[in-house]
Amino acid sequence: MTLQTHAWPASYGEEAKPRRGFFTDTSVCIGCKACEVACKEWNHVPMSIEGFSGNSYDNSNELDADRWRHVAFVEQRVSADARENGGELVRAAQAAAAIAGGVQTYQEGDGIRWLMASDVCKHCTNAACLEVCPTGALFRTEFGTVVVQQDVCNGCGYCVPACPFGVLDRREEDGRVWKCTLCYDRLKDDLEPACAKACPTNSIQFGELAELRERAEHRLAHLQEAGQARAQLYLADEDDGVGGAGAFFLLLDDPEVYGLPPDPVDTVRDLGEIWTAAALAATALAAVLAAAVLGGRR
Amino acid sequence: MSPEPRSYYGHAVIKTPVWSWEVPCYFFAGGLAGASAGLAYLAGLRGNEELARRAWGVSMAGIAVSPALLISDLGRPMRFANMLRMFKVTSPMSVGSWILSGSGATTTVAAVHAWTGVFPRLARVARPAAAVLGLPLSTYTAALLANTAVPVWHAGRKGLPFVFAAGAAVNAGAASVLVTPPPQARPARRLALGAALLKQLMRLTEEREVGGLGEVYLHGSAHRYRSISRACLAAGAGLLLARGGRSQSAARLAGALLLGSELSSRWSVFHAGLQSTVDPKYVVGPQRDAIDRGKRRGGSRTRARVAAGDPALGSPATTLSG
Repeated sequence: MTLQTHAWPASYGEEAKPRRGFFTDTSVCIGCKACEVACKEWNHVPMSIEGFSGNSYDNSNELDADRWRHVAFVEQRVSADARENGGELVRAAQAAAAIAGGVQTYQEGDGIRWLMASDVCKHCTNAACLEVCPTGALFRTEFGTVVVQQDVCNGCGYCVPACPFGVLDRREEDGRVWKCTLCYDRLKDDLEPACAKACPTNSIQFGELAELRERAEHRLAHLQEAGQARAQLYLADEDDGVGGAGAFFLLLDDPEVYGLPPDPVDTVRDLGEIWTAAALAATALAAVLAAAVLGGRR
Repeated sequence: MSPEPRSYYGHAVIKTPVWSWEVPCYFFAGGLAGASAGLAYLAGLRGNEELARRAWGVSMAGIAVSPALLISDLGRPMRFANMLRMFKVTSPMSVGSWILSGSGATTTVAAVHAWTGVFPRLARVARPAAAVLGLPLSTYTAALLANTAVPVWHAGRKGLPFVFAAGAAVNAGAASVLVTPPPQARPARRLALGAALLKQLMRLTEEREVGGLGEVYLHGSAHRYRSISRACLAAGAGLLLARGGRSQSAARLAGALLLGSELSSRWSVFHAGLQSTVDPKYVVGPQRDAIDRGKRRGGSRTRARVAAGDPALGSPATTLSG
């Protein structure tokens, strides 16, 4: 049994807009972090200083209540000829693990492959955060995006571990949960979100989801032809664990390399099983109580 | 667990729950209140008024601290009433808020009647209602944990409600043993001992269900609290079996040990969940395994749905020259 919520577009009727989202093409990201800055500026997200992380050029580490865009920097050692041959990248990645493990030394002539990717809330089709929210503070907008109503959220924190991507977080000094709104205010005025607007290479593309997905297929085919064997579309399909996402990605390596879960699941899909188990356990408890009290000497 | 999966500098993939000590304490108090209401009602039906009255008192105590614990854990405690803004079956926390509200109201009426004799007619309805609502009150908390991305909680979704149910029964039996004179506490002793045995069985079943993820119970706080819980359970059950029927002080000690065991058990489950979010191997590992074994398709696809890429339809950045 699968229980799902489908608040969009049905509940909006005439007011429903075409579903909007982001296509983040990480193959053209240059790691400038303009998206991080633009997001903070437009949305008045409080300052958060991490300092030097030592993880390449990453100084913001993760998405949280005070960071709605995060640029990841991955450095991979590849042998010099790997650039000519995409299949070689697998071997190179294995060699890199051997180097990191101290088994093998860094080889003369090896190169570095730099992967950069701007991460954001995925605005899932089946959004666990929205489904578990007991107050209804999280809702689906007419654009099909997922937004927190700050005047309703009471900071119960249920959405925080429900999100399979670790996007939502509670702002401790404030007590409420905050996340990317896909610039709901800007969308209302027919403007593109601040991050997409600021992106100098169009790595972050905003638009109608259907059109973005079509564009992404061509880009994927193009990269595969160019020998990028591990190029992959992430969260672009309806049949993945979250029913596809409003914000999807073109990655050049497996998702976990960028800190993304390889098989994210909206656990509400298992809710039938979960409630059944809870109901059976409650019934068993009744039986145990009855047996103990009624089934022997007073 | 499979060998260390790849990760982004070993960073956590999902967030660690922000819930603090109030939450596992509530799991303990809610289960205690829920199962005690059932015990009280049935003891009353059986004519054991002494036990019934005390068990209603225990249930009342549990149900009184529960909302206080939950509200104090909120980021915005003043907005606690928003919990009843809607009823959502997809949110065990929403369902639970309604169960707790109903349970609180009915248990209060039943307990006040048991101790003072007021509201006799209302109590006749409230007693069975409190007993029935106490059942889901004892198990929905497991559903709440299971319905998250936390690996060890979600993997144990079928077994965890039974662990919590058995634990609630241990609590109810133990608390009533603690406050009731031994001659009247016979059903409570039977409950505590029987449930302690069932609890161990349920625990084993759940450990098998979570498979390799059970590793989190071998480390840190999850392991420490589980060890305490087991030791207290064995000592409490042994003492209750040996001397609980004769000595009031032995029964009190045994009851306290069993309650301590249950509190530790809830802490252990809570911390196991937190620990399983921190290391990406518990989050990424099982996901990658399922993809590699062909059981899940995963979130990615390398094959394009168009035969050949049209650069003009790719990223605008790559088409500037063309």
